[in-house]
Amino acid sequence: MKPTRRPRVAVWKFASCDGCQLTVLDCEDELLALAEAIEIAYFPEATRASSPGPYDVSLVEGSITTRNDAKRILKVRKQSRIVVAIGACATAGGIQALRNHADVADYTRAVYAHPEWIETLDKSTPIRNHVYVDYELRGCPIAKGQLLELVTALLAGRRPNLPVYSVCEECKRKGNPCVMVARGVPCMGPVTQAGCGALCPSFARGCYACFGPCEGANVHALDAALAKLGVGEEDRLRAFRGFNGYAEPFREAAEALNR
Amino acid sequence: MVISDSRPERSAVLDARDLGSLLEALQLRGYGPVGPTIVGDAVVLRPIAGVDELPSGVGDAQEPGSYRLAPRDDGRFFGHNLGPSSAKRFLFPPVRSLWTAIRIGPQVRIEANDDPPPKIALIGLRACDLAAIAIQDRVFGREPYVDPHYQAARENALLIAVNCSQAAATCFCASMGTGPRVGGGFDLCLTELLDAGGHRFLVEAGSEKGDQVLADLPTTVATERDRRAARAESDRAQAQIQRRLDTDGLKDVLYRNAEHPYWNTVGERCLACGNCTLVCPTCFCATVEDASDLTGDRTERTRIWDSCFNLEFSYIHGGSVRTSTAARYRQWITHKLGAWIEQFGTSGCVGCGRCIAWCPVGIDITEEAGRLRSEDRAPQPVGR
Repeated sequence: MKPTRRPRVAVWKFASCDGCQLTVLDCEDELLALAEAIEIAYFPEATRASSPGPYDVSLVEGSITTRNDAKRILKVRKQSRIVVAIGACATAGGIQALRNHADVADYTRAVYAHPEWIETLDKSTPIRNHVYVDYELRGCPIAKGQLLELVTALLAGRRPNLPVYSVCEECKRKGNPCVMVARGVPCMGPVTQAGCGALCPSFARGCYACFGPCEGANVHALDAALAKLGVGEEDRLRAFRGFNGYAEPFREAAEALNR
Repeated sequence: MVISDSRPERSAVLDARDLGSLLEALQLRGYGPVGPTIVGDAVVLRPIAGVDELPSGVGDAQEPGSYRLAPRDDGRFFGHNLGPSSAKRFLFPPVRSLWTAIRIGPQVRIEANDDPPPKIALIGLRACDLAAIAIQDRVFGREPYVDPHYQAARENALLIAVNCSQAAATCFCASMGTGPRVGGGFDLCLTELLDAGGHRFLVEAGSEKGDQVLADLPTTVATERDRRAARAESDRAQAQIQRRLDTDGLKDVLYRNAEHPYWNTVGERCLACGNCTLVCPTCFCATVEDASDLTGDRTERTRIWDSCFNLEFSYIHGGSVRTSTAARYRQWITHKLGAWIEQFGTSGCVGCGRCIAWCPVGIDITEEAGRLRSEDRAPQPVGR
C-alpha cells in the first residue's frame, strides 16, 4: 500500500565540506522519483523553502566541533523520528578530527589571523557521541547507491542492506585482481568497510579507507603487511589517520605508530 | 574425486598456429569462449574473442600473499599458473538476480529470473579446477537440494582443460590427489607441447560434445611420441610441486583441537577480509538481499557471494555465533578440510593454492594445518 503521506525529510549540516549533501543532489537519475517519494522539508543546500519539524528522517552531515553545534544536534534529534549520520565527519569526526590528536589552539593560531575570534571544542566528534543515531552511512563522501538503498528501505519499512564487512568482498565479487597481492600496492581494503563498490581498487588504486574500519578490522595485521611492502612508518600513520582517523581501531593503530 | 569417463578417448595433435580454429569451432557451436587473459596485473578467466587475448609468453611467480606476472621466452599460451578467478565465477556467479516482485494495483506478480545462462566454453581449466567443479556439482547438484541456477549454468558450459606444465610455489594438488595431471571430467583436454616436434597441442576428447569439437579441428594423428611428451609435461609439473598438506586423519586432528590456543595465534594474523573464501573454487556460501525501488512497486531478490569470515554470516537470534576472527578461521579450515568430508564425501580443498597467494597477509592453509597437527594433543579420554 502506498503511504498516504510522503515522509518528511530534513538534511542538516554540521562541521563538514557539504560533499555528502551534494551526493544527495547527485542522485540525478533518481532525483525526480526521490522528490515524489519523499517531501524535502528542510535542505538549505538545495532549497530556500523550508518547513518546520517534526521530521520523519533527518540526514545529518558533519561532526560536532562547537558548543553551539553540540546543542543544535540535540534539537535535531528531538524533532526527528529517524536520525541518519552521513559521511566520515558525522560517523567518525572527519578529517577535522586530526585536532583530536593535537592541541587545537596550535591549529587556530596557524590558520586564523585572529585566533581569539575562534571558539571551538578541543575535539571533533561523531554525531553518535551526542545523540542516538539510527543509521550511519560511511564514506568521504557517502556512496549514492547506499543513500538510495537506505531511503528505499525506510520507505518500505525493511532493513537496509548496509554491509559491515571488508571492501575485499565487493572487490572480489567484481573480479578485480587484488592490487596488494598482484602489484604490491598498499591497500586499506582489508580493514575498511564495504559500501563504495570497491571504487579505488577497480581503478587499480589502493583503497584509502574513506569508509572507515570494517567490523573486526585487524589493523595490526594489515600494518605489518604494509610494512612488509616497504611502506614507512610515517605513511602508515597517515593511512590510518585519514578521514576516519578518530574511529577505533584506526585511532589505536595510528597511536601505536606515533609512539 | 574426479568423475571418470569410461568411454575410449579420442586424441589428436593440433598445431599451435591452429589454436584459433578451436575458438572458431566453439563459437560455431554457440559456445562463447571464456579463457585466461591478462586483466590488470593477473591472469583471469574472462570472455575472449581470439587466441591473441590468451596470455602468450606470460608466466607468474606466486608466494604466500604475492602474485607477479613474469615474461616467458618460450611463447607458451598456458605457461601461467592459476590466477585469482576460477570456473566458480561463471557457474556460481558472485551476484545473481533470483526473482523480481512487481506490484500492479492490489496484485503482486513474481517473476522468476531463470533465463538460461549463455552457453560458454571454459578454456584453460587445470586438474584442480576440474576437481573443484566436481565438488561444486555435489554441493549444488545433490538431490533433493538441487540448485537450478547452478545446474543450468553447468549444463551450458563446455569444460576445456589444460594439463599443467609447471607448478607455482603455492600449488599442492598432489597432496589432495587432484593433479597435476587431468584425470577426467572434461569435454576436451589440451596438453601444450614444446619440443623438437614443434609447438603443438595434444588434444583429448572426454565427452561426446568434446568429440564433436575435436572433429572440427585441423588435427593430425597423435603419435606415441606426442603422448610421451605430454606425460613429460605433467611429470615436470609434478616435480615442481613443493608444498604439501598431510591429509591423513586431518579431520580428526582438526576436531580434537577445536579448543587449541593456536587458533588465537592465527586469529591475530588473519584480517577476516574474506579473500580466501572468495578465491576458493569450492567455497559456496551465499546470502540473499532484497532491494526495493523508490516507488515500492518493484522488489528484486539477489543472491551474492558471502563469506564465513563475516560477522553476520553466523548471525542467529540473539547475535552472531562466531565473533572472534580466530573462531571464523577455525570454522573455515575445519569445514574445508574436515566437516566437508562428512557432508559431501570429499575434502573441500583441491590444493589450488589460491587462498595462499591471494591472502593479503599470506596465511598458508598447509602451514596452519601442519602446525596444528604438530601440536596435536593426543586423543584424551573423555572424562566423566
